[in-house]
Amino acid sequence: MSDAFIELCNIEKHFAGVHALNDVSLAIRPGEIHCLAGENGSGKSTVIKIMSGVYRPDGGTIRIDGQPVHKLTPIESIARGVQVIYQDFSLFGNLTVAENLALNTELRAGRHLINWGSVRRLARRALDELGVDIDPEADVETLPTAGKQLVAIARALMSDARLLIMDEPTTALTRKEVETLFSIVRDIQRRGIAILFVSHKMREMLEISERITVIRNGRKVAEGPTGDFNEGLIIRHMTGHDISAETYHWTPPPGPLPPPRLEIRGLTLADSFTDLALAIHPGEIVGLSGLLGSGRTEVALALFGMEPDYQGEILIDGAPARLNTVQDAIATGIAYVPEDRLSEGLFLTQSINRNILATSYDTIARHTVIDRAKAATMTAEMIANLQVATPTGEKLVSELSGGNQQRVVLARWLLTQARVLVLNGPTVGVDVGSKAAIHRIIRDLAVNHGLAVLMISDDVLELVENCNRIVLMHRGRFVEECDTAVINEEDISEKLKSFR
Amino acid sequence: MKSLVIDFRRLISRDNNIAQLIAMTIAIFVIMAALNPDKFLRYYNFESIAYLFPELGVLSIAMLVAMLTGGIDLSVIGIANLSGILAGLFFHGMITPAEVAAGGGLPVVLVGIVLALAIGLAAGALNGFLITRLRVTPILATLGTGQIFAGIALVLTGGPAIVGFPAAWDFIGNGKILGLATPFVVFLGVATAMAFVLSRTTFGVNLMLIGTNPKAAVFAGLKKGQMIFYGYMTTGLLASIAGILLSGRTNAAKSDYGTSYLLQAILIAVLGGTNPAGGKGTVAGVSIAVIALMLLSSGFQILRFSNHLIDFIWGAFLLLVIVINAYKYRVRS
Amino acid sequence: MTIFRRSEVIIATILLLAMIAIGLVNPAFWQLDNMFSLLRSNVVIGIMALGVLIVMLSGGFDVSFPAFAVAAMYLTVKGMLYFGYVGIALPFLVAVVIGILCGCLNGFFVYKFRMVPLIVTLGTGSMVRGFLLGVVGTSMINIDRFPPVLIEFAKTELFSLTRADGSHSGLTAMVLVYFGLALAVHLMLRYTMIGRSIYALGGGAEAANRVGFNLKKTIFFIYCTAGALAGFAGMLHCSMIWLANPRDFVGMDLEVIAAVVLGGASIFGGRGSVLGTMLGVFMLVMVQNSLIIMKVDTTWQLVVVGIIIVLATVATAWRDRKRQA
Repeated sequence: MSDAFIELCNIEKHFAGVHALNDVSLAIRPGEIHCLAGENGSGKSTVIKIMSGVYRPDGGTIRIDGQPVHKLTPIESIARGVQVIYQDFSLFGNLTVAENLALNTELRAGRHLINWGSVRRLARRALDELGVDIDPEADVETLPTAGKQLVAIARALMSDARLLIMDEPTTALTRKEVETLFSIVRDIQRRGIAILFVSHKMREMLEISERITVIRNGRKVAEGPTGDFNEGLIIRHMTGHDISAETYHWTPPPGPLPPPRLEIRGLTLADSFTDLALAIHPGEIVGLSGLLGSGRTEVALALFGMEPDYQGEILIDGAPARLNTVQDAIATGIAYVPEDRLSEGLFLTQSINRNILATSYDTIARHTVIDRAKAATMTAEMIANLQVATPTGEKLVSELSGGNQQRVVLARWLLTQARVLVLNGPTVGVDVGSKAAIHRIIRDLAVNHGLAVLMISDDVLELVENCNRIVLMHRGRFVEECDTAVINEEDISEKLKSFR
Repeated sequence: MKSLVIDFRRLISRDNNIAQLIAMTIAIFVIMAALNPDKFLRYYNFESIAYLFPELGVLSIAMLVAMLTGGIDLSVIGIANLSGILAGLFFHGMITPAEVAAGGGLPVVLVGIVLALAIGLAAGALNGFLITRLRVTPILATLGTGQIFAGIALVLTGGPAIVGFPAAWDFIGNGKILGLATPFVVFLGVATAMAFVLSRTTFGVNLMLIGTNPKAAVFAGLKKGQMIFYGYMTTGLLASIAGILLSGRTNAAKSDYGTSYLLQAILIAVLGGTNPAGGKGTVAGVSIAVIALMLLSSGFQILRFSNHLIDFIWGAFLLLVIVINAYKYRVRS
Repeated sequence: MTIFRRSEVIIATILLLAMIAIGLVNPAFWQLDNMFSLLRSNVVIGIMALGVLIVMLSGGFDVSFPAFAVAAMYLTVKGMLYFGYVGIALPFLVAVVIGILCGCLNGFFVYKFRMVPLIVTLGTGSMVRGFLLGVVGTSMINIDRFPPVLIEFAKTELFSLTRADGSHSGLTAMVLVYFGLALAVHLMLRYTMIGRSIYALGGGAEAANRVGFNLKKTIFFIYCTAGALAGFAGMLHCSMIWLANPRDFVGMDLEVIAAVVLGGASIFGGRGSVLGTMLGVFMLVMVQNSLIIMKVDTTWQLVVVGIIIVLATVATAWRDRKRQA
């Protein structure tokens, strides 16, 4: 691939005993829109850091324009035209758009004084080139996420960029903003600048990229033109698990059906979702999926009492419930396992025991004094039942693997005798073996403990395997319901594609 | 009793911070003893330390509680002084000087104590309200309320100290119970109670969890706002206890007593292993730290170092602690 | 930038309304005498506030400046007496240098160990004050021994009037010094790279690093400048009151910080302006001054100032609520 702009050849990288990258090769041609797909922990951030000179590879070579480059540093990689836009954009919220754009250029010119006229001119030029209409005098923090991203892109393009690396660019965008982003990306491409998207949001990546490379556990497992891939295939490569023939079935119990465990009617939240209706019976695992901005996380938050302004009805076992606070939701028996385990789910510097007991302390305390014997038996039981791999419950949760951490979160909710379990991305960043185990746990909860489960996920394979029904959401509405007994993941992907 | 012993062992093995603190305390003791063998090692010296350190110790525990949730309380001195002053005014209003000299009824003193504690709770509630409901950042909120409390204290006293506390009050600061200095007994009680609250009650564990990850605390269904509110009320209560000890010992209450205690309380909390960002800290650590620093102070005083020089040493010590902590964290990561 | 302007306009309006209100209660407020006295009281606090502003813009909290000011002032005056020096340029320079050296201490600990500035400055402030009082001495240098040249300098007036009854009032030229320094700081913050780096640091240290700022330079600059301003303010203060008291400025940190916050600076860093700070200082001094005019007991001053701080911080919290999340 000598016509590539940048090439990684057989890259090796180790960190304190972890083999982060193992014989990874990747080539990006000028003007190519390339996607590096991989789950969290797969090694994709390491690839970015090697391309941008932050990390030095332990083996293999980096070539730029066909020439090998030894000891690539961040400054050198920027000089060569590699620009990285991280998820946090590295912008200054308290400064204006113009200043954010011009600062780096002024610094590199070695100036000591600021010439506001030149700052304005530079900013104007950068914005015009991108074709964006943003007020250069606005403070960056007043812009929506999409606006900040555009400023970050404009800034990256100011310095003779030849490759733009974007780390999880679509995470916080609405559908419309994604479309704007993609049209700008195509513009950039026409100028001969290559773009590398690093993401695990497959649907959007299939739309925009021309080539896809999939990385898993530090190895490249697939590569090729986008046309060769579909959603299911990519996910299979990313996660490494093959679809099993069986899907999850639910049969209603004989006799007249009791009221559904969870029912929502006419559920509406301004700017998020409209007029939702759904009923989940004990033992059912219902999947929920949709494109970005469809509102699916907001539904989960509303069910968990975090969106008190909702309208409509929520009924648990036929009884209406008003969920204005998290405590309301928990008292009604609703449990929520959030998307971002590390920042929303766990207390990393606390012990496993404390994490498991976090929600249940009130139930094991008399007059606020904790019954330690009871606490010990409860946590020991949970650790055993969910097979959390640890010699002792006193270990810090930060020392566990992703899969074990997720089990701790599940354990916490099992202690609360939850009747409804809402999961958001339950196996994101979890290794394959643990994924299967967690799926088993969830199924067991539904079948043997009669929980009603709502599983929100972008992983179509996961949904098809583990749910008896899948609800598709688009622009705040439930638009279709699929019975997993008769539909497969390709059909679902097609349907989702058709929503754009 | 047994469970307390086991706790202690677990505490040491899990977090060698405590072991380090004990080692440092012993080192200070040995050095000071070596520098002044006759004066330092006298029983009288330790006895006076036992009368002096409790008020600072209680203040440091109060600071610990505030820091556990990632905050700070700069108004503790103001609360302490205000509590002492209000109790003093109450006594002046309730009993005549003759009665004071005669010893003063115990029930009156008890009412005085309750009054002082109530002030602490109320002040803490004000802090809690500003911080949890109005979302003012703790530094600024307690900076402002500290001024207000000190100001009210000044208005109430008009400037000079309030004197003439009943004998029973004096007993709190200068008496002996079972051969131990009363303030020391009070400190032991407070420390034991707080250690229990922080590790064995839902309230205490909630504070630790909230300080560790406020976002996750909300997702786990913890009543974050309520717990932080109670936390600041606790800090206020502890501050008023310190105020009682202080005015008991000096038999006076003034609006600007103990201003140097603020820096010292923060220093001791940090030295004792408290993370100012929240989520970490123990009563044991803070208690050992206060004793260590008291020994240091006492040793320097015996060496005829002026109070100012001791301030210098406290400041330098704080910076030293910072440097040591920085290296510890670097080694860990 | 637009938000800045809006913030300062709001503060200025509040200030104006407050002045009118006070003037209505006691017309003596508007007398030239009082106005001159008011402006005069602004000078020392204002210069210190500039230093505090610079630190706060970077996201830090500085409580060491009173100690630095007093140390610079006392050491310099003592030195002047010892050497029998007559002149003003050198002593002020020496005071500034002492302030810079103290500031370096802050900068070192904040940069090298990345420790919370509040705690670092608690330590350094206490060290400097303790050292000054413990090693150098605690005796005041009062007017009998005070270098006359300093007194003369501080007495310079911009313009004065002598009334028919012989009474005299004048606007001290020190106000010019204050305004000059304020202008210099403003120009630095607005038009130099290092000034912008302070705002950037307050906006996000990680991002500031990535953009290419030399954070070491910035941090040292911040704390050395704050120290220099403190030292200068200390010298000016003793010249204006003809007294060098090493126990001075105790408890002043809170007042000055309150003034800076009143002036619209954000405690999280990245937001604030010289104009806002000057307005905040004026407001604070005016409240204290008006309490005196209205013959309110001095003991109430602390309470009033405290309440104002609380109100100002609540307002600030409401404005900053977006950033807190």
